[in-house]
Amino acid sequence: MTTVYMDNNATTQVAPEVLEAMLPYFHDLYGNPSSAHTFGGQVGHRLREAREKVAGLLGALPDEIIFTSCGSESDNTAIMSALHTQEGKNHIVTSRVEHPAVKVLGGHLAKQGYRVTEIPVDREGRLDMDRYKESLTQDTAIVSLMWANNETGVIFPVEEAAQMAKSRGILFHTDAVQAVGKIPIDLKNSAIDMLSISGHKLHAPKGVGVLYVRKGTKYAPFLVGGHQERGRRGGTENTASIIALGKACELAGKHMEDENTRVKALRDKLEQNILEKVSRCRVNGGGAERLPNTSNISFESIEGEAILLLMDEFGICASSGSACTSGSLQPSHVLRAMGVPFTMAHGSIRFSLSIYNTEEEVDFVVEKVPPIIETLRELSPFWKPEEGICATGA
Amino acid sequence: MWDYTDKVKEHFLKPKNAGEVEDANAVGEVGSMACGDALKLTLKVDEKGNIEDAKFQTFGCASAIASASALTEMIKGKSLEEAEKITNQDIADHLGGLPKEKMHCSVLGRQALEAAVANYKGEGVKEKEGEIVCECFGVTDLEIERAIRENNLTTVEEVTDYTKAGGGCENCHDTIREIIARVRDEERPPARPKLSNIKKIKMIEETIESEIRPSLQHDGGDVELIDVIGNRVLVATRGACAVCKAAEITLKSLVEAKLHEFVSPELVVEEVKE
Repeated sequence: MTTVYMDNNATTQVAPEVLEAMLPYFHDLYGNPSSAHTFGGQVGHRLREAREKVAGLLGALPDEIIFTSCGSESDNTAIMSALHTQEGKNHIVTSRVEHPAVKVLGGHLAKQGYRVTEIPVDREGRLDMDRYKESLTQDTAIVSLMWANNETGVIFPVEEAAQMAKSRGILFHTDAVQAVGKIPIDLKNSAIDMLSISGHKLHAPKGVGVLYVRKGTKYAPFLVGGHQERGRRGGTENTASIIALGKACELAGKHMEDENTRVKALRDKLEQNILEKVSRCRVNGGGAERLPNTSNISFESIEGEAILLLMDEFGICASSGSACTSGSLQPSHVLRAMGVPFTMAHGSIRFSLSIYNTEEEVDFVVEKVPPIIETLRELSPFWKPEEGICATGA
Repeated sequence: MWDYTDKVKEHFLKPKNAGEVEDANAVGEVGSMACGDALKLTLKVDEKGNIEDAKFQTFGCASAIASASALTEMIKGKSLEEAEKITNQDIADHLGGLPKEKMHCSVLGRQALEAAVANYKGEGVKEKEGEIVCECFGVTDLEIERAIRENNLTTVEEVTDYTKAGGGCENCHDTIREIIARVRDEERPPARPKLSNIKKIKMIEETIESEIRPSLQHDGGDVELIDVIGNRVLVATRGACAVCKAAEITLKSLVEAKLHEFVSPELVVEEVKE
């Protein structure tokens, strides 16, 4: 059975060019870049090149790039750094739809006595900018808002939000894990102080990330140890993966247009066809500005895990915001924050595409999904076929 | 991804008895959309009280569908009396087991069966008995107590896995803990009937006298019972024990162990310094 992979917001395939670029660093070039000898030192040169490539994609300076182990480490580092360098300020502003790397950390900090404000979103997942503006106080140490939402793809106006923070002397961090490589980012003339990246979301391997820290920003390391990353992140460099991420960023720059034209067209085709063929479904965040690759569709009266497992029978890979999928008992915090009704939230499916998806794959999914939905609806006590509507209403 | 047995997958991919029995005379509906799963069970019971036909409709995940499918397979052809004896564990066993986080799916099956039987007997839809403990999922203290008893649950996490109670805002965790403690307390070894306080003190005194004191006195020490408060046994050490650095160990390893053996495993020995 062939795999039709449409779960790229969860993780992506390592690009063949990326794999090729990183492999020598496991055998021929395994030296430690900190070593005095030429054998190790040459790896240091290549790391500098990788750093330049990452900086290039972001419109940043190479010195502003700190390599980490993942997006979660970058998020944690940014927020903790802001708190450590501004003792006395004990307020954090974030949103209700953040990734757990930020949301759970916020919960921990709240228990430790910090004040955490989670800005709500509207029904389309858009940030409440009035509430955001009101939340900024003299006491605010940092704002952390995601650039694009992992579940819905909804894009926050982070640049505007960062300007508001900057004018009040507040540090601004953005979790851009889902945005980097999918939409253009230019930090040169930006008010953003810190930004997180995860390698495996843009065709580099798992286990490497980046924290961008604007030059001149007060910073305290999260992981102390050696002098690596100019003392800003201890630990021997994950050389092969850093080289890989450099290559992936170079490729992402090249593929940006493809992502925003062809991939977007595939996503739109998938979405429109499913909406046409299946009654009583809706696109979550469909009315907002979104990433070009993400589509979050809710199917009324049925449950997401069951949909996923039936799609799995055809090799189709996607995700769900239903409770049963995650092992928790409530549907995704993102959909709940958007006020998506229970009739819809439990039956949500996220398709997330990449440049490796083809039109044939989209056609295949469009062919397979409607009968799956029908099968499950026939099983559901809430589905009234003769009415074509949900018995409980929305 | 969930680790489902082949049997669960089989029932999910090819559900048995999906749909509604047309001339049903027993209908059980449980769960709700908000809770994330719901089950409607329709039965045709013949005049002898045997289940002639059974069908289900489920809103829920793979294991909820599989549990309902398994249930219909299990009860078809059985008498109502036999069917009523089916527990949620029986449903899970029929499926070769369920992931523990999914045990509530089997509970849903058992509840639907009960509701259908009640409906057949003309008892109508019973008002939920007991007090709601978990507001998020509308679970009552009686439901929680029953799940604890039938499945021998000991932690809040387990109660959530089986009943969903406590899986939302978590505000009811303390109450669930109290219910667990209460049920566990009631269920303590039936072989040992609940001790009255007087009986308990008497037994403690006897045990100290016959089982503990002789070995302590052998080493020139002694122990005296000062008071018994609930399960706390307050003692004072005497003789060599009073100045011995290892007395605390002796209290735990000898005195408490003997009291557990001869009186009750719940007793805790505490030393009173005078």
